[in-house]
Amino acid sequence: MITFMNNSDSEEEPCNERTSLMSAESPPVPSYQDGLPASEAGEAQAHRKRRAGSSRGPNNIAGGEMSGSGVPVRESILENEEEELTLKYGAKHVIMLFVPVTLCMIVVVATIKSVRFYTEKNGQLIYTPFSEDTPSVGQRLLNSVLNTIVMISVIIVMTVFLVLLYKYRCYKFIHGWLILSSLMLLFLFTYIYLGEVLKTYNVAMDYPTLFIVIWNFGAVGMICIHWKGPLQLQQAYLIMISALMALVFIKYLPEWSAWVILGAISIYDLMAVLCPKGPLRMLVETAQERNEPIFPALIYSSAMMWTVGMAKPDTAARGASQQAWDAAEDGREQLRSPSHAESQMSETRGPAPTRPVTSLEELEEEERGVKLGLGDFIFYSVLVGKAAATASGDWNTTLACFVAILIGLCLTLLLLAVFKKALPALPISITFGLIFYFSTDNLVRPFMDTLASHQLYI
Amino acid sequence: PAFGLFIFTIARDPLRIIILIAGAFFWLVSLLLSSLIWFIAVKASDPQDERLQKGLLIFGVMFSVLLQEAFRFLYYKLLRKAIEGLVALSEDGCSPISIQQMAYVAGVGFGLMSGAFSMINLLADALGPGTVGIHGDSQLYFLTSAFMTMVLIFLHTFWGILFFHGCEHRRWWEIAAVVIMHLTVSGLSFCNPLYVGSLVPSYLLMAAAAAWAYLLSGGSAQNLRRFLLCKC
Repeated sequence: MITFMNNSDSEEEPCNERTSLMSAESPPVPSYQDGLPASEAGEAQAHRKRRAGSSRGPNNIAGGEMSGSGVPVRESILENEEEELTLKYGAKHVIMLFVPVTLCMIVVVATIKSVRFYTEKNGQLIYTPFSEDTPSVGQRLLNSVLNTIVMISVIIVMTVFLVLLYKYRCYKFIHGWLILSSLMLLFLFTYIYLGEVLKTYNVAMDYPTLFIVIWNFGAVGMICIHWKGPLQLQQAYLIMISALMALVFIKYLPEWSAWVILGAISIYDLMAVLCPKGPLRMLVETAQERNEPIFPALIYSSAMMWTVGMAKPDTAARGASQQAWDAAEDGREQLRSPSHAESQMSETRGPAPTRPVTSLEELEEEERGVKLGLGDFIFYSVLVGKAAATASGDWNTTLACFVAILIGLCLTLLLLAVFKKALPALPISITFGLIFYFSTDNLVRPFMDTLASHQLYI
Repeated sequence: PAFGLFIFTIARDPLRIIILIAGAFFWLVSLLLSSLIWFIAVKASDPQDERLQKGLLIFGVMFSVLLQEAFRFLYYKLLRKAIEGLVALSEDGCSPISIQQMAYVAGVGFGLMSGAFSMINLLADALGPGTVGIHGDSQLYFLTSAFMTMVLIFLHTFWGILFFHGCEHRRWWEIAAVVIMHLTVSGLSFCNPLYVGSLVPSYLLMAAAAAWAYLLSGGSAQNLRRFLLCKC
């Protein structure tokens, strides 16, 4: 395991790219600029949406024309209705994100609790070179901080590298990298995972069966993620990949380093997304200039994208790979500002003008969803998994962290609805999660234990 | 039963789920603060003195109850603001969710969280070897814990409805009644392991609260009869 990890350094990129939140629509509207009044952008978006969805049938086109004439008339009303629709659909989107995050966490926690392998310490990644086995507290703290610095600098380097690649249009390289890393994830990690699970439950499986199972799983996964596939299946694969990655992290990151890294990653995410010179922001702007859909990969989308007729980059966009973390970060950024605003606009425009039109429009609008980077999934699951693995308060702490993360996600989505641009999804949730973890573990646990032993109820 | 409530009534509407999780969050925060106080008190006192420890525990429990109710009130305030926002933004001038539904969901949120925290470690231990009450404690530990937790979850639900109703209509005595009931139930649990003392009154109180909440929500004996007759 150790040698493997050392060789495959390309796999271990932390998913900082994934840590952003954005909503829907993949292709940015060409006419969209920040200065334009919202209505124009919305109108253009609505038109473009209909064009994009034209493969759905003639109804769509007719609807587009009708709504096109209807839109200018209704614009004043639309401004007001925008907000409320945002909120209404906001709740639905929040749930659409709650479910996969919850599923991922459940998978990780279940595995941690049952399979011994992921809680044994069998070595460390090369990204965290300093060991934590030192006797003194100060030394340990120092080592974990140093580990964090190494990890974060690796992330930054990879991100910048990816932005450069994107800037200089080395698309083939990026795609190849993505495909390679998702290949490794799907096959190798699944093999290890399956092996450990079978070992735990003492189930025998012969090699040919194993080969067939893993081959099918991996092949379908590759197709689903990088090409086309049913949405649910793709979402399931993305969740599984995030869970696998989170498990790897939980196993191979030493204790204190993991917590410090979580904190540092959320700070990094905050800066990378919001600072004008941040790599993610640059990526978004570059993609905006080129009017290209953001990069493939590493994004979990809660709804179908009408990319059937679109160019390849779109369909490849749903891939999930570790190496593309940096790419994904960049990708996220791009998707965030234009598409979020677009989708907001288009969502709100959608219902108003298209009410007289067809149900297809509504279908289109409902299908629009929110996108969450896969890195977010992974780090949330790392937090909850670590809580499950190392907390002595067991389930209480895990539950507390789970609720904290969900609330953080809610708040982030609320902010998204208010600010209408791409936001980092990590900071709020991870902060809440960390606070709750440490406080529940140290404060609540003795209290609850004492209460339970006397069978008192509060 | 609480999960049944959740699945049948809450899982459909995303807004309710959010309110539920937020309710659970508020309960959690109240628990956190109360355990913080208790922890400080314990650390500051003598660990050898049994009576003092017991007294501190009782104090901790009471304080926690008060804090829970305080947080329920805070949550009520937050939900009021949210409802005003929703009404302002909605198309037809009325909010997609009424304050009573919110009260119900908030109650369930509180209840679920408190129930989960009370039960889940027990459940995890129950998966282990079966040695209940081996040190002379009651044999019925798990069973009574389960019942007590269930009654507490239901009570939280009803208290939520009553509390919000009291706040809506500015009837302070309703709010005071909820707080007193909560204190009573917690206090009754001090009678454990004399289970008769704690379980039976708790169930009685729950029945009373249920009837009261039902009446407040606009139900009546007639409705009930019609409902039952329609079914059979």
